[in-house]
Amino acid sequence: MGNLLSLTTFIPLLGAGILALFLRGDDAAAQRNAKWVALATTVFTFAVSLFILAGFKTDAAGFQFVEDRQWLLGMRYKMGVDGISLLFVMLTTFLMPLVIAACWDVTHRVKEYMIAFLVLETLMIGVFVALDLVLFYLFFEAGLIPMFLIIGIWGGKNRIYASFKFFLYTFLGSVLMLVAMVAMFAQAGTTDIPTLMAYNFSAESFPILGVQILGGVQTLLWFAFFASFAVKMPMWPVHTWLPDAHVQAPTAGSVVLAAILLKMGGYGFLRFSLPMFPVASEIWAPLVLWLSAIAIVYTSLVALVQKDIKKLIAYSSVAHMGFVTAGIFALNQQGLDGAVFQMISHGFISGALFLGVGVIYDRMHTREIDAYGGLVNRMPAYAAVFLLFTMANVGLPGTSGFVGEFLTLMGMFQANTWVAAVATTGVIFSAAYALFLYRRVVMGDLIKESLKSITDMTAREKWIFAPLVVMTILLGVYPSLVTDITGPSVARLVDQVEVAVAAHGSENAIASATAATPAQH
Amino acid sequence: MTILLSAAIVLVMSQEYLARRNLLRFEYPVLVTLAVVGMMVMVSANDLMVLYMGIELQSLAMYVVASLRRDSEKSTEAGLKYFVLGALSSGLMLYGASLVYGFAGTTQFEGIFLATAIDVPLGLIFGLVFLMVGFAFKVSAAPFHMWTPDVYEGAPTPVTAFMATAPKMAAIALFARVVFDGFGGIVGDWQQIIAFLSVVSVFWGGIAAIGQTNIKRLMAYSSIAHMGFALMGLASGTAFGVQAMLIYMAIYVTMNIGTFAFILSMERDGRPVTDINSLHMYSRYAPMRALAMLVLLFSLAGVPPMVGFFGKLYVLRAAYEGGLTWLAILGVIASVIGAFYYLRIVYYMYFGEEREALDTGTSPLLWGVLMASAAVMVFGVINLFGIEPLAAAAAATLVN
Repeated sequence: MGNLLSLTTFIPLLGAGILALFLRGDDAAAQRNAKWVALATTVFTFAVSLFILAGFKTDAAGFQFVEDRQWLLGMRYKMGVDGISLLFVMLTTFLMPLVIAACWDVTHRVKEYMIAFLVLETLMIGVFVALDLVLFYLFFEAGLIPMFLIIGIWGGKNRIYASFKFFLYTFLGSVLMLVAMVAMFAQAGTTDIPTLMAYNFSAESFPILGVQILGGVQTLLWFAFFASFAVKMPMWPVHTWLPDAHVQAPTAGSVVLAAILLKMGGYGFLRFSLPMFPVASEIWAPLVLWLSAIAIVYTSLVALVQKDIKKLIAYSSVAHMGFVTAGIFALNQQGLDGAVFQMISHGFISGALFLGVGVIYDRMHTREIDAYGGLVNRMPAYAAVFLLFTMANVGLPGTSGFVGEFLTLMGMFQANTWVAAVATTGVIFSAAYALFLYRRVVMGDLIKESLKSITDMTAREKWIFAPLVVMTILLGVYPSLVTDITGPSVARLVDQVEVAVAAHGSENAIASATAATPAQH
Repeated sequence: MTILLSAAIVLVMSQEYLARRNLLRFEYPVLVTLAVVGMMVMVSANDLMVLYMGIELQSLAMYVVASLRRDSEKSTEAGLKYFVLGALSSGLMLYGASLVYGFAGTTQFEGIFLATAIDVPLGLIFGLVFLMVGFAFKVSAAPFHMWTPDVYEGAPTPVTAFMATAPKMAAIALFARVVFDGFGGIVGDWQQIIAFLSVVSVFWGGIAAIGQTNIKRLMAYSSIAHMGFALMGLASGTAFGVQAMLIYMAIYVTMNIGTFAFILSMERDGRPVTDINSLHMYSRYAPMRALAMLVLLFSLAGVPPMVGFFGKLYVLRAAYEGGLTWLAILGVIASVIGAFYYLRIVYYMYFGEEREALDTGTSPLLWGVLMASAAVMVFGVINLFGIEPLAAAAAATLVN
């Protein structure tokens, strides 16, 4: 089983290939076949990925299941997982069957739709397991193509604008990262991620155009990566593509976008920014912390006034990602643990919320909050499920949302009390908009004529939500499931950053001491 | 080698197209062959005079084929425009060559190299600048690109396909040969000029293409931008830079052959159309060809995992190592602008509305070329078909 990771990564692509080559026609039978093939592929991928989980040694901090082959120009085809990436791989393989099941009612160009999702799954898993800079970039960027098509072909009314905005925004962010990668490649002479993590990029300050750059080369590289990950995450103020993309994307597309694609940004911070540029991360952490605090409060307020359900959830995603970035740049064990936890839990919760919107959208074909009200009367099961995820989104104790928010806030508090205080008010706002949404959509009397014949969730929909419900509550009451796996990796990351920062500090002290000595003579 | 291969493919591709338009004259293959001979002379020239002969042989043949469709105003205009501007650039080049001869006392590259080793007379630099302007014209680098869109649009499509591939490869190889073999001692002097040409080309190629609706004009601007990237490799002034440039050009030629195979197959009721509007919902009735074109377009835009991305990666690395980080940063920003118009074609093919369809039946040959080229773009990710060591060897002989 030496190539388990490659297997997991490329099974979906294989499924897509089978669909593309062997499935003909566009009649009902062909459409059903396409869906079943896609579902079987994703379930099989999940099954294979369970072997990784089973074989993973939770007490080791390094990379496991490493595969390494020669590639071009000294780049290597190298894959491996540690405690952090493993969880994201599992998240992806776990959610994809649900995503495929969620688009069971699609009738427009089904085969292509399934192919797009399968290709996307390969690329997403690839991002999390790649251990070579260029390989990572390859998967990271290529993911834009299927997502661009998913939004553009199967999206809503304003899909063209949204898809172009999505593509160009993220593309601009990542080409800067590409230049930084080229620079790192040239300096360190390798694109191997574990080697680069141990490599010390110079943090000597030097002037550019008369401005002293604190942290020197590290800062420049850090900002180039930051540009890419902050857009992907998305962080305030470069989050504006997200609401558009979410609103226009089809339900399944929104789920993938919120649950997995956004996590690539956070994963990038953990895998690149922190270990490779620790000094720059330390220097610029306050900037990120404050941007996150602004994001949490600002986007929560924006979410309060939304009229579109999907847009509201999209803004709440931005706010939750604010917790993640703040947790990461708190640079301590609690913050980082919390950030990883928050990302995983947000994967389940936001995915479920978008699926929930999809359920009523499929019935009423509108996302206006005003078009709903009193759904509890005709859809009790739906009301219960939606309530659970609304509460999880708010961070009710007992759900996974609480653990993530609590840990990140704790980390933030240790790093910067004021940021933590501001962020905590965001929690209150989030409760406000979430409950507000719930009241207007689900509670009250059923007065709208159009809603009188609405039906409750079908068995298929219930089966989609069931695993999500289980995971949300399970992680809420027993968070060690996640933290046991991430613990060693995160601890090593924190150590690495602290050591590097301390080393840099002492270097500076020596430098200034030697600079001061001649003056005394 | 790449030149010969692409010329052969284009010749075969154009056969049917021309036959249907009563353009199949016996002159055409002869002229194209002559042009190819000219290109071979160009790339193997070791003396300014021989080089000039090669360029003229190639250019004269190209002027004629550009106006092959004698009864079409546009084609004639294209030929004339190409000729007048080409003659001007030839004049500049010849003037430059004579200046170089005057100050270096020889037209041989080795001689020039030796002459620059001791002391560089100002006149020699002037000569070099004139030569470079001429070359920039031949590779259609901005700001010497004015002829490109008009000629691309006016010339019959197979001719355009030819012009966009083989002569470009030859001209840029020649460019590299002259600056390294002849002027390799004064890298600093020409490096700035090439860096300037490069950055102007990538930006102008990207920005000007946004407004285009004719796919041939669009490809003209796209080729300008691509030349900018290829020059970026050259501008680094290192062996790795030349290797990057050669790899970039090989990839570029492959992409363009596929794209033009697609353009050749764009027909409605047997008549060629070149408006990108006509591609509305192309993917609906020709899914395989639309998919192949999608791959090519993303490759042209430099999105991984298509091979076009690796071309960019190589030249960016070369530029960075040549100390031109600013050039690399500007280059990638320009490539985002460029991505917009490639996306626009994708938009028509995949997201558009239902309109009158184009013809679906095409010759199996064009189909084969298109598919082969798209397949190269996807599967090249494995090892670029081994062109890396070849390009490295070529670069090593050039830069020593």
